[in-house]
Order: sequence, then C-alpha cells, then structure tokens
Amino acid sequence: MSGAAAPGAPTWGDAALAAALCAVAPAHLGGVALRGMPGPVRETWLDRLRGLLPETAPLRRIPLHVSEGRLLGGLDLAATLSAGRPVGERGLLAESAGGVVVLAMAERAARSTLAHLAAVMDFAEVVLERDGLARRTPAEIGVVALDEAQDGDEGLSPVLLDRLALHVDLRPFGIHDVDDPGHGPACIGAARARLPRVEMDGEGAARLCAVALALGVASLRSCLLAVRVARVSAALLGRERVDESDLAVAARLVLAPRATRVPQIEAPEQAAEDDRPDDGGAQQAAEHPPAAEGRDTAAQDAAQDAGGEAGKPLDDRVLEATVAAIPPQLLAQLGPDNGPRQRAQAAGRSGALQRSRLRGRPSGVLRGDPRAGARLSLIETLRAAAPWQRLRRAQAAEEGTGGPRVLVRRDDFRITRFRQRAETTTIFVVDASGSSALHRLAEAKGAVELLLAECYVRRDQVALIAFRGRQAELLLPPTRSLVRAKRSLAALPGGGGTPLAAGIDAAAALVDLVQRRGGTPSVILLTDGRANIDRDGAQGREQAFAQALDSATALRLTGVRSMVIDTSPRPHANAERLAGALRGHYLPLPHADAAALSRAVQSAAPPRAAH
Amino acid sequence: MRTPFPFSAIVGQDEMKLALLIAAVDHSVGGVLVFGDRGTGKSTAIRALAALMPKMAVVAGCPYNCDPAVDRPMLCEACQGGQRPEAAKTRTVPVPVVDLPLGATEDRVIGALDLERALTRGEKAFEPGLLARAHRGFLYIDEVNLLEDHLVDALLDVAASGENVVEREGLSVRHPARFVLVGSGNPEEGELRPQLLDRFGLSVEVRTPEDLATRVEIVQQRDAFERDSAGFVKKWSRRDGQVRRRLAQARERLSGVEVPAPVVELAARLCMRLGTDGLRGELTLIRAARALASLEGRAAVTEEELRRVAPPALRHRLRRDPLDEAGSTARVNRALGELFDA
Repeated sequence: MSGAAAPGAPTWGDAALAAALCAVAPAHLGGVALRGMPGPVRETWLDRLRGLLPETAPLRRIPLHVSEGRLLGGLDLAATLSAGRPVGERGLLAESAGGVVVLAMAERAARSTLAHLAAVMDFAEVVLERDGLARRTPAEIGVVALDEAQDGDEGLSPVLLDRLALHVDLRPFGIHDVDDPGHGPACIGAARARLPRVEMDGEGAARLCAVALALGVASLRSCLLAVRVARVSAALLGRERVDESDLAVAARLVLAPRATRVPQIEAPEQAAEDDRPDDGGAQQAAEHPPAAEGRDTAAQDAAQDAGGEAGKPLDDRVLEATVAAIPPQLLAQLGPDNGPRQRAQAAGRSGALQRSRLRGRPSGVLRGDPRAGARLSLIETLRAAAPWQRLRRAQAAEEGTGGPRVLVRRDDFRITRFRQRAETTTIFVVDASGSSALHRLAEAKGAVELLLAECYVRRDQVALIAFRGRQAELLLPPTRSLVRAKRSLAALPGGGGTPLAAGIDAAAALVDLVQRRGGTPSVILLTDGRANIDRDGAQGREQAFAQALDSATALRLTGVRSMVIDTSPRPHANAERLAGALRGHYLPLPHADAAALSRAVQSAAPPRAAH
Repeated sequence: MRTPFPFSAIVGQDEMKLALLIAAVDHSVGGVLVFGDRGTGKSTAIRALAALMPKMAVVAGCPYNCDPAVDRPMLCEACQGGQRPEAAKTRTVPVPVVDLPLGATEDRVIGALDLERALTRGEKAFEPGLLARAHRGFLYIDEVNLLEDHLVDALLDVAASGENVVEREGLSVRHPARFVLVGSGNPEEGELRPQLLDRFGLSVEVRTPEDLATRVEIVQQRDAFERDSAGFVKKWSRRDGQVRRRLAQARERLSGVEVPAPVVELAARLCMRLGTDGLRGELTLIRAARALASLEGRAAVTEEELRRVAPPALRHRLRRDPLDEAGSTARVNRALGELFDA
C-alpha cells in the first residue's frame, strides 16, 4: 500500500499535514502518536516536524528509562554539595517548555512517566514535589510518542493516546512515498499568529461530536481535540474561519483513528446513483488532503462540496470522508466484540514498570555502602550528615584542610532498602472444548470467577488461557483488572476439539514469561482431560493424551505450582493422571450446581498453599 | 496556572458535583472517591469548586494555614505556643487545592527535616509537606488506585484523624491537617483495595455522557472557555456567585440543621438492610444528608435528603462480590425502594 492508492489508504500527505498541524500548536493539540518502526520514514517525519517548529522551541528526546528525577528535576548532587544548600536541577520537562518532547518507545514507557507527561499536558506546568523541593514551573509542551508496538503487542497507553490529538500511522509508507514538501516554516509562523483569530461556529463542534458518536469515540477529550485541530487547520490554510474541509481534516486525523465501530451510512449508495460527480468529489477530498493540494484547491474542493451536496446532512459528508480515511485493516479488526477495548488497557505492562515493581517499594533506609550495588539515598545521606557539619567544619579548620562546603563521611551514607514483593500471577487454563462445554463450562466459569475473587483480595495478577478447536489462546495477558478478566471469561465460547497439549504448552510459555519477569506463577487447569487433538492439530485420543502428559511434565519442570480441576461429570482417570504428571493438586468436581462447585473450590487449598 | 473553569458551567456530572459540594460543606463527611472514564472533568470540577470557596482567614506566617478563629487545641503547635491567635495578624488566602503528583515521595507528603536549614545553620527544623499545605482545603489524587499503598495508608489515616503526626529523623511534630480528600481513578486499570474504599466518605461513578446534545454542549463550553477564558468566566460569574453564596450559607447553617430521630432510625435500618460493616456508613450517611439539607436551605433533614445521598454514601461500603459489576448502586436503590415505599 503506498502513496495515493486505493481510497481509504492512508496518505503521506495526511502524515505531513499532521506534522504541520502539530508544529503550529504542539501544546494545544497535545501532540502526535506516531506509530511505526524506526527507520528513514520516521526520521523524515521527525525531521520535518523539527524543521517546522520555531528555532527557539526546544525539541528533546525522552529515553525509555528516564528517571523521575531527570524528568521532573530534583536535587543537583554536585551543586548541592559544593554550595552547602539544596540546589535544584531543572528536569527535562521544564527544559522543554514551549517545545516538543519526543518519547521514544512510548508503548513501553513506565506508567509514572506517562502520568507525569499527562499532568504536564493537562495543567501546563511541571509540579515538583520530591527530594525536599517543591516547585511549579509553567511548561507548555507537546508530546510526540513514538509507538513501536508490533501487531499483537500492547500499544500506547490510553492515558497518553487520549491526550494526543493526532494519531499517525507510518507503517504503510515506504521511503518512496515520502515527498511533498508541504508547508514551510514561514507558513507555520503565520498560522501561529492567525490561530487566536480563527472563528468557528457552534455548528462545527456539533458536527464533530456527531461524527465522534457515530464512530463510537467515547472520550469527550477527543471531540475537544478535534475542535482544536479544525481551528489549527483553518489557521494553517490561511483562513480565519473554520470551514468544511477543516472539519474533514479534524475528523480524519483525530476521530477516524479512534473509531471503535464502523458507522452505518445510508447515504452513499443513494449518492452514487443520484449524485455521482459529488460522490467522486468527496472521495477525491479524502484521497488528496488539503495539505497536499495547497490552499486554492482545497478551497475549491470545499466550495464544490458545499454547492453540490447541499441536500445532504452536513454530518454525513464529514462522516463519509472520515470513513474513507479509516484504513481497511482497521475495518477488518472492528468486529462487534473486537474493539480497542480488548487491546491492552494496562499501560506499560512490560519493561520499566515491571522492573520498578520488582524493586519493591522503598521500605526505609539504612546505613550502608552504596558501592555494593545498593541505591544511595541522597536525601537521607545529607540528612545524616547535616547535624555534624558545624563540628566537622571546625575539625577541618583545625586540621587546616579546606574542602567542600558539606562534609560527608562514609558513616553518613544511607542506602535505600526495598521490600521485594514477589508477585503472584495465577494462570487459568480453561478447557473450552466441546466435551467440556457439554458438561459444565458454565460451572467452571463460575469456579474461575470465585478464584478470581480470591486473587482480587490478594492483589494477585491473573491471566487466562483457553483452548478449544485446534489451538490454545491467551485470552488475557497477566493483569490485575478483574473487570477485564471477567469480561474475557464471559466472552469465552465453547465447542470444538480438546487440544490439551497446546493448552498446557501455552501455559508453560506464560509461566516462563512470568518467571523471567520475576513473578511467581501458579497454574490452575480446568479440564476433563479428554484430549483428542495433538500438537499438530491432528485427531487421535491416544496420541493427544500422551502429548498432554509430556507437556505436563515439561510444565512441572518449570517448578510451578499447579492444580487440576476435573470438570468431567464423574472423576476421570485422565485428569488425575494429568495432575500426577504435574505433581499438582487434583480436585474432582462433584456433579452439582454452581454454588456447590464454588464451595468446593473455596474449600480446596488455594494454589499458593499447594506444594 | 490556568484560570479555573467556572463550576456552574460544568455540564452534567450532577452526582459528582453534589458529592463535592457536600464534602465542601462538611469536611467531616470524609473524602470523595470518583471512579470512572477518562476525560470526564474530574480534575476540572475540583479546581472549579475550590475557586468558589470563600477565601479563608489564616494566621499570618503559619505554614499550616491555621484558622485564627478556632480554639487552641485545633491549632498547630507554633500557633498554640506563641501568641494568642486573637493577637496574631491574620490574612486571607484562597482555599488551597493540592495535587498529589504520582511519584511524590513520602517526605514531601507528610513533611520532613528541613534540609536547607539543617545544612546551612545546623538547625533541626521541620519542613511541612503537602498535607500541611492542604489543611482546610482539598487534596486531589489522580489515579489513586495506582498510588503506592503505603502512601495511601498514610493519607487516609491523616484524613480520618485530621492530624498529621510526624516521627522521623529525630523530629516529633504534630500539626492539624483537615482536608477534603478527593481521589479519582479508572477501575479498568486496577481496583482500589477494599479496605481503602470504605475510608472514603462518598463515592461517585462518572460516565462519559452518551447523548449527542450533552456532548456537543460540553465541547462547545470548553471550546468557548479556551478561546476567551476571561470573558467566559465573566459570563458565568453570576451563576458561580449563586453557588458560592449557597455554599457559604450552607456552611454557616450546618450546625443548626436538625436531624430528627426518625431519620436517624431510617438511616440505621438502611445500613442494616444493606449489611454495611461498622458505623462509618451510618455516620457518613447522616452527615451527608445534613450537609445536603443545609445546601437546600432546610432547617431539618428529611427522608428526601437521605434518599439522595444514600447511593454515594453507601455504594462502596457494601460487602461486595468484586466481580459483581452492575451491583452496588442497584442494591442501594433496591434497599431504598423497599424501605421507603413499604
């Protein structure tokens, strides 16, 4: 897919337009979520943005593992020691005031980094409350979040996505698509000056809201950002009044990428019959965004639109242009249950957040040597040194040695102690095959819900794997959100074969992942043990069950605690053998109603207590 | 700092606004927990409300915003020990709204040794933290469900006792810290521990409005505010003034509002029926109803007020099945229906 190809394909023109819009008012629009892998295309885009921003505006890169101190500012150690009083250091955010920060690998950014960015975007000031400093620095900054998530990975956190007006996907573009010099810096400067004067009637905002609703965009912030983008677009194109084409730009760049459903438009077919030229005009507008054409053509287009389609409700026309801009692959993803909700809600699940969690929460400081890899607690060290300064200075004067203003001795060193809390992740592996479904999938679901409730009380993470048909599927990556766990459990359909080995393998893979992150996994397997699909997807009970036992042995070797809940109508030898291979608890479920089942699960030893 | 959005111009979110007003009228109601979607104007509403509160008199130079009009035990040590409050100079300051930024360290929150004075003058002095600054105002914690548990514990403890006791680094300090704790968060990103839930006085759930007209109105208001905040604030100043007067009068009248015995009994029966633990639910229910009656200009609490505040006062206290999504509000309403209509 490249350039101005099929209708609906994203165009480089739009991406370039987003850069220009962002350059006009970065803080006002929040910024850009830039999806795509590092490479020449992304570099070109970033270069363009850099070229368009005023020379005085800073453009700083925030690395993935930026420390909080560097981000917000804090105590400057060297200066503090030599000056003998706390000397603050400005953080990256305060230094970037009036400009743009580029957040690298934003999809992996720590949750606290995102929270700080969001706070600065919301209130236009950096609030510092750490290291004994309290300070507020005004800072209007725009954020460019580089989202390098692969398909299937978790994307950018909704905390940030919601606040960034422009979502640009660079993945469809190759280096050959990059053309179109677009707007120059002079044009941007003029647009900046014009922006406060741009008028917009109430109708425009109403229409953008209607489009947002039709596309299933729930957040009101998105609507507001769309309104702002429409204004900036008008300013960029040299108008002092927002017109149709600006609304289309706003809908295309702000609302379309956020769409969670495909709107029902009744008009197009009719339009195609009665009004063919205009339909073509609308398409054209979508394909060649105003940025690519310059202001005259855009204005003409708008005039044409306005003249030709007067009979049609205005919302519909904006909506049509928007729908045309929704990339086809997005349409494919948008099933009834397949909205972005299913995509990661838990931000920064990987990387930094995990690591910082593993460090545990600080539980006080103690005297110690920081060289042994411990973390020096600067504040506590200085506090320890403070009462002695007068004495030491006097002593130093006696000895005739000058030295720094603050005399820190080895005894003063304080290191931060962290209390590690190994986090438990309970992995539910649910057999959703036909045989189970026939028997008691619903009751098994009830049992899982009960166990979930227990995990909730213990603040455990839960993950959910289901297997049916030919394969196993990770329905829910480890999360602490019960709402999500419950939702994915409820949506679990039943039927098909029993690929037991695949299910256990998937559990083993997840166990490995959790262990590598430093967590403590435990596995609860709900099955009747009647495997009939082997790893290759072939039928055959014997083979399938033998493989399942192999998989179970492999899982046992990871050292994970496990429990098998037998969901067959009568206790079945297979499930018990499986539990044996896992060296896990075996819990046959009596054929009973859900409440009795729940009691059974409750009375059974929780996985954590099992050995 | 940007100009706060006018409180009366906030469209919808009536339950949240009411809960904030009630908490502002009577601090003893306890904090407000706002759970729900993003971008529903939680933070905006709190700032707007604080801007509406009448400016307060404080003892000049007191870092804890001590009120010159109160009795001695309610003052900080410096104000108690020094001059008599009547003799001290006073000044008026706006009601503080303190944001607790995610990642704030414990020493900044509860206060710690003043490093500068320790280093330069070798003095052991206490440097007040955020809790001191929030005294008599609002403490807002966004994403309270993501805050470190030990900080939340400390905060709730202070919020409940109205006093911050610091024992660290050889310091032994206690100072008053009465504030309205407002926590917000999104349950999709992790729940709050049940034992913390119940420490909040009121809880409200906010949803993004679904109907087009409301959404358009919100966006247009916000847009108008951004275009010309001074003009927008002026346009709403009369309505804001009404709310301000109502709030001030309600605070004055509060102690005179009666709670008739039948209403107390009804509150107790409601709590029993819902099986809430402890007396905190009942107390909050009655206090909130009294604050509401005061806001409405009534001399005594009636069933009507009880009914209106019951969902926010009780819904987070039910011994709940954490997986029951629809649950709490419906259960409170059902119990209300059974009690009142019987």
